[in-house]
Amino acid sequence: MDAFFKGLGLFCTFIGLVVLCVLLVDIIIDSLPRLKKDFFLNFPSRKPEEAGILSAWVGTIWIMVVTAIFALPLGIGSGIYLEEYAGKNRLTNFLELNIANLAGVPSVIYGLLGLGLFVRYMHLGRSVLAGGLTLALLILPVIILSTREALRAVPFSIREGSFALGATKWQTVRHQVLPAAFGNILTGIILAMSRAIGETAPLITIGALTYIAFLPQSPISSSPFTGLEFSLRGFLDPFTVLPIQIFNWISRPQKGFSSNAAAAILVLLVLTLAMNALAIILRHRYQKKTW
Amino acid sequence: MRRRKLVLKIKEMLIERLLLLCSLLSVFTTVGIILVLASETFAFFREVSVFEFLTDTEWTPLFVKKHFGIMPLLAGTFLTTVIALAVAIPVGLISAIFLSEYSSLKLRNIIKPVIEILAAVPTIVYGYFALFFLTPFLKTFIPGLSGMNALSSGIVMGIMIVPLVCSLSEDAMRAVPMGLREGAYALGSTRLQVAIKIVVPAALSGITAAFILSISRAIGETMIVAIAAGQQPRLTLNPLVPVETITAFIVQVSLGDTPHGTIEYRTIFACGMMLFVLTFIFNVISFRLKKRFQEVYE
Repeated sequence: MDAFFKGLGLFCTFIGLVVLCVLLVDIIIDSLPRLKKDFFLNFPSRKPEEAGILSAWVGTIWIMVVTAIFALPLGIGSGIYLEEYAGKNRLTNFLELNIANLAGVPSVIYGLLGLGLFVRYMHLGRSVLAGGLTLALLILPVIILSTREALRAVPFSIREGSFALGATKWQTVRHQVLPAAFGNILTGIILAMSRAIGETAPLITIGALTYIAFLPQSPISSSPFTGLEFSLRGFLDPFTVLPIQIFNWISRPQKGFSSNAAAAILVLLVLTLAMNALAIILRHRYQKKTW
Repeated sequence: MRRRKLVLKIKEMLIERLLLLCSLLSVFTTVGIILVLASETFAFFREVSVFEFLTDTEWTPLFVKKHFGIMPLLAGTFLTTVIALAVAIPVGLISAIFLSEYSSLKLRNIIKPVIEILAAVPTIVYGYFALFFLTPFLKTFIPGLSGMNALSSGIVMGIMIVPLVCSLSEDAMRAVPMGLREGAYALGSTRLQVAIKIVVPAALSGITAAFILSISRAIGETMIVAIAAGQQPRLTLNPLVPVETITAFIVQVSLGDTPHGTIEYRTIFACGMMLFVLTFIFNVISFRLKKRFQEVYE
């Protein structure tokens, strides 16, 4: 009986791994005919064999930059406040409960928030900025929670030592606690960004277009007459991202498009799995450091 | 010197205020979600009665003859959720027991990150897998299976949720004091008896929290069901035919060009409100239970 259960346990534990392998093999086989250089350099097209993911991967980079600009400082700042500054009172309790709850809100609801708040109320349209802000709100709880965990792992004696030398609270946080927690904070950030990169539903909900055959305007451009020019107009341009392009191709009936979808999925998977692997390596490396 | 101290003091205070502001943003997010959902939902219920919304058995807001009964969408959501849990709970719980009670620490440290990769795979990838791999595969055993169905999207969703169940249950089991296990072993129990009669009951509130959180996750999952479960709202519990979930409907409307201010546009906010309330209830229950198991052993 005991041995039987051990076998069952092994089976259940490895079933996930088996599924992952089957999924990878299935996608690699489906995508092989499409993985060529053109696939990365072409815009989407009505003909599957000419269609590519240029606007999708460039859009993904744009969105990730906007998301990071807003989510990182706000998330880390909020984590620092809750872990280092906040006293044990009702406000703190409320803030904690609120963040725990936000972490459980389905992503599609963040899409509705983005649609109502950024697209309609703030008139940002279906732009890079609106999409990036929506995803920033989505990953904010994840960043806050992982920052707090990282700060909590720093032993209290380090803070006490710093205070004993006459450092103020912020000096202690800035010069002692944050550097000590840096690795774990970074791990959390990478995991949060890898989640944002694969999010589809909220961006579909804010109405991101699926057929985009141009790129957002580059922030730096040069022309022979005016020289180097900087512009932030690109943030208000419409966009598409890898997951939306994949969804678009999956929903088309022709066979050619499903292998396009598989090829784009492979690109997305390589990106997410690489980010996760990096996070695991970092975590492993920083966990070894004992106090 | 005194002046420098004052400047320092002001700086400290400003930084604290700034950090507090960052924290308050999450409150504004919640308020924003509620305000956006509530205002459009309110407008929706001025045109459709709450009674019709909750009792009508047809959902056809995009047709000429409009019906606004959310029951078919709830049925679709319920069906895919139940199938997902039927996969995720046994597999997740058994692997948690295996990792916490049977495997060596070394094996566990290798396996756990691998299982967690399953949770990192974007859901759109699972959708592709359900539609183009699992459904054709299942068709060889079940000839009556439609191209889009609740069964394969539910199973794949279950696999996606396994890491959540496994990881949270294992944490709860790990928190059970070693002394309880040792006592049982001293009385001559086998590993299986210790696991099932001692560890699982002792960790029950944590394990239940994991189950309930996975319900909330399954209800809110969007892309898998939008791709592989079909987009046909129907009041059925048959897993072999196309259905539509609340989340899939929101995606379906968002893909079309629905003008702002129309009743069709408002339906997705009413659906979003329903979804928000449902997941909120499960999240709160789960949070409470988790707090309880943390209080017992810490």
